[in-house]
Amino acid sequence: MSEIPAELRYTKEHEWVREHDDGTLVLGVTDHAQVSLGDLVFVELPENDTAVEAGNACAVVESVKAASDVYLPLSGTIVEKNDALEDAPELVNSDPYGDGWLLRFKPDTPAQLEELLGCDDYERFIAELND
Amino acid sequence: MPFIPHTTNDIATMLQAIGVDSIEQLFDEIPGKLRCERLVGIPDAISEHEVGRLMSSQAEKDRVALNFLGAGAYEHHIPAAVWELTTRGEFYSAYTPYQAEASQGTLQLIYEYQTMMASLTGMEVSNASLYDGASALAEAVLMAVRVNRKSKSGRVLIPCSVHPHYAAVVKAITVSQGIELIEIPFKPTSGRTDLDALRAYAETDITAVIIPQPNVFGVLEPVDELADWANEKDALGIAVVNPTSLGLLKSPGNWGREGVAIVCGEGQSLGVPLSSGGPYFGFMTCRQEHVRQLPGRLVGKTVDIEGTPGFTLTLQAREQHIRRSRATSNICTNQGLMVTAATIYMSLIGPKGLRRVASVCAANTKNLAAAASTIDGVELKFSASQFHEVVLQLPVSAATVIEGLKRHGISAGVAVSRWFPDLSNCLLVCVTETKSDDDIEVFVNALREEIAVAEKEQ
Amino acid sequence: MTEPLIFEASRPGRSASAQFPRRDGIHAIPDKYLRGDPPLLPEVSELDVVRHFTRLSQLNFSIDTEFYPLGSCTMKYNPRGCNSLAMLPGFTQRHPLAPPSFSQGVMTCLFELQEMLKALTGMAAFSLTPMAGAQGELAGVAMIRAYHVDKGDLSRTEIIVPDAAHGTNPATATMCGCTVKELPTGTDGDVDLDRLRELVGPQTAGIMLTNPSTLGVFERKISEIQELIHSAGGLLYYDGANLNAILGKVLPAEMGFDVMHINLHKTFSTPHGGGGPGSGVVGVGEKLAPFLPVPVIGSTADSYHWLNESDLPKTIGRLSAFMGNVGVLLRAYVYMRLLGPEGMERVADFAVLNANYVMKQLQKAGFDLAFPERRASHEFIVTLKRQAQSDNVKAMDVAKALLDRGIHAPTTYFPLLVPECLLIEPTETESKQTLDRFVTVMTEILAGIREDAREIKEAPVTTPVRRIDEVRAARHLDVRYQQTGSGAIAQTEDD
Repeated sequence: MSEIPAELRYTKEHEWVREHDDGTLVLGVTDHAQVSLGDLVFVELPENDTAVEAGNACAVVESVKAASDVYLPLSGTIVEKNDALEDAPELVNSDPYGDGWLLRFKPDTPAQLEELLGCDDYERFIAELND
Repeated sequence: MPFIPHTTNDIATMLQAIGVDSIEQLFDEIPGKLRCERLVGIPDAISEHEVGRLMSSQAEKDRVALNFLGAGAYEHHIPAAVWELTTRGEFYSAYTPYQAEASQGTLQLIYEYQTMMASLTGMEVSNASLYDGASALAEAVLMAVRVNRKSKSGRVLIPCSVHPHYAAVVKAITVSQGIELIEIPFKPTSGRTDLDALRAYAETDITAVIIPQPNVFGVLEPVDELADWANEKDALGIAVVNPTSLGLLKSPGNWGREGVAIVCGEGQSLGVPLSSGGPYFGFMTCRQEHVRQLPGRLVGKTVDIEGTPGFTLTLQAREQHIRRSRATSNICTNQGLMVTAATIYMSLIGPKGLRRVASVCAANTKNLAAAASTIDGVELKFSASQFHEVVLQLPVSAATVIEGLKRHGISAGVAVSRWFPDLSNCLLVCVTETKSDDDIEVFVNALREEIAVAEKEQ
Repeated sequence: MTEPLIFEASRPGRSASAQFPRRDGIHAIPDKYLRGDPPLLPEVSELDVVRHFTRLSQLNFSIDTEFYPLGSCTMKYNPRGCNSLAMLPGFTQRHPLAPPSFSQGVMTCLFELQEMLKALTGMAAFSLTPMAGAQGELAGVAMIRAYHVDKGDLSRTEIIVPDAAHGTNPATATMCGCTVKELPTGTDGDVDLDRLRELVGPQTAGIMLTNPSTLGVFERKISEIQELIHSAGGLLYYDGANLNAILGKVLPAEMGFDVMHINLHKTFSTPHGGGGPGSGVVGVGEKLAPFLPVPVIGSTADSYHWLNESDLPKTIGRLSAFMGNVGVLLRAYVYMRLLGPEGMERVADFAVLNANYVMKQLQKAGFDLAFPERRASHEFIVTLKRQAQSDNVKAMDVAKALLDRGIHAPTTYFPLLVPECLLIEPTETESKQTLDRFVTVMTEILAGIREDAREIKEAPVTTPVRRIDEVRAARHLDVRYQQTGSGAIAQTEDD
């Protein structure tokens, strides 16, 4: 059973988003994602100040068997990336919602966060996939 | 039935097990209107003996006693052990090493190959090979454009002294990738790239600079200056080199103050026969920081679950079978068999042997050039230092002389005007370590004779 | 059993001196061009080399030693005669730039090969230069683009690719500056025709298809597909990877394909060589003939010659420094002369017979087929989804268990559409005994899963190494041997 913290928002591309204290948003990939990817060997992250449109790829998570794009669900600008992942990409596997965070970004339109999936909707979405 | 082992009994038993009456029934999902008639235009089967006689007579038609052709494919002594080992069934009929536990032989061999190529070129990592030198150069250009974060113009400087077939392949493969190829002329006296011509681009955003060594004329380029110029402009240097020459010449990793970013070229001279142009193999090496952008396969050393050292294909997620439309390249095959031959060749030749082969090639070419220049009307076209090829300026058409020398059983060289129309009456000659002093004398005498014949007919 | 690296046998001063010139040459190259340190090449004797590489070869599985049912790779027997005849000195010593007057022997063989390929495919013209399947695909898609651009149709930039396609297909489309539109496959194995109707339009350059598809079944609606694509103004590309299933039965040109490549290292039995060389010759209908990559063989009444850019001004250009992988082409030529027309037709007959037989026997033994209602082409898919769920045994585990029993694993995890799949292609050169043994072994493995899945999950145990840690290989990248210190090898008195 996949872990799905209640307080986060989710996307159908298996990303999660959390609000940071200062209005920026933190992005990562879900437990479901890290399980299907397998052990991560590399994470490619964008540079700070990169502007990304909603739905565009902003990062790549690479395992032995797959290299998947990670999409920014809201348009915004990157303000910080998780440098720890350079030497320890496995953090995404061991702690996908905590130390395995990927990046933090400043959304152009914060209100769009409401349009993302809540934890129940995401849980239902994964259940349908498994059928 | 050649290569098909089934007996009538086998067939009957199998059909019964499947539950059909005939093999033909197994094709019943194919719409009848798509089925073709009997094949036309294919000669009836012959035995191995008969095709052996046929092939022998075809092979004999093309025999030449002495070969002085170079221009991108080089005749070297290939030790007998190289192809006896390479055509062992376990190498010859093995597949790509996707199941690592079943392929440690091939994988370890490639790891050893990667080590040798990286060191030979003065770089940090090597891939497991590409199709040939020309397509390797095209892939290097694509990689440089992907990798260069400081320059996004896609402008690539390509000297006119790069082998014209290589330039053509780069153009064909990169055509839809937003890359602008800018030609840099060579000086007609020296045959070297004109460094003054670079001044025009001092303020232009350049993404990569291709640097050949030697160039198509066999001439040695000012590689230190070219590498430094590229690095000062934040352009990536791409060296395209002859690997045999690297037994003697400075490796591209050591050109100028910082070397180059990517090295590529044709590996054929390392144990692969001329074979009418293929199969050969392209090599590519680069700096550690760019390894994820290296196209083609890569073998890594690791351990198994018991801690025993072993090898596997690695970083495959960059490749087509996983990344698909976002892959670094569409390349699937490498040139496994040729890499096997090259690794065995390099192991037999060793560092001393490779240096010696290169030095004898250079010395032989120098000697032929000197002897040929004693013929009336024959001069060295270019004044610069050469590796193992030289352009002779003749008083008559090179093509005529080539035909004439065939009567002596000699394949004389390339008529340079086929690529550079301004360089008329120029013959590009290559002399490797396979030629003795007697061979050179035979060549020069024949050349003298055929020039005289051609002059009389003018 | 592992074999030390060749560098570990290295001793300073040791060499195989019979293999290089007896003396250094006196050249005139100035010092500034010369290298300082020698490269890291082994200093070993000839015997060291022969032993080392012989022993390395013994660590490999190969067709010459094991049954190799690797789906989509066509691991048929590589006839030895093809190798020895292609390597006759007259062929190996011939320089690519020797003028045609010195080359009529090899050019005769290549021309005849070309004519036979035309007869087998229905195509009007061929270029023999692409050096691998992926390069053939590059040529094909580039020609499709060139055709549309030549007609002024600049907006045709989309290539439709089935989701089950081999990865080279979408990768190639991207390399040619096209965008990829993915076409889903139905549960019966044919592509989704309704979805295709939605995808097709004035922006369609073409579609890339394999038939039989990568799912191991014949694309039954191919006539409708070609009708849809052609009437929308697009062209059809045939990926010839599965030609073994229909050789002599169906001509790709008659299925409506405008351009195709053939993998000579699959259908025409040239060696896989541990990962190459291949050859991806490309054939076209009349429409695309002007765009073929050069050089192409031309003929006059009494001789052959090369056609290049000036003869084909609309060519997509040159893809190879010389004429492609001629040594591979010669092997394919010999193979085709040994087979003749009946032999070619038998290839498909027996490839398909063998695949259907193994499929039926495995089904009886309790394995789940991906498409139980369909005929196998020359290959078919078994899915281990059920075993993965009930016993946590994956396709990869079964693959490794086969290695322990001296059989190379089938293709695993391709096509991506079928979960926990094994793509099995016996080829026509395998006997009933070999196939029966394979079924017996697979049945034992299945029984083994039910009894004690642990043994299967720990496989392989008899191979030179146990299961390889691929994650570690990628995380701690070690792609070359490094000498430690200054010449790490300890000196001995023998040096």
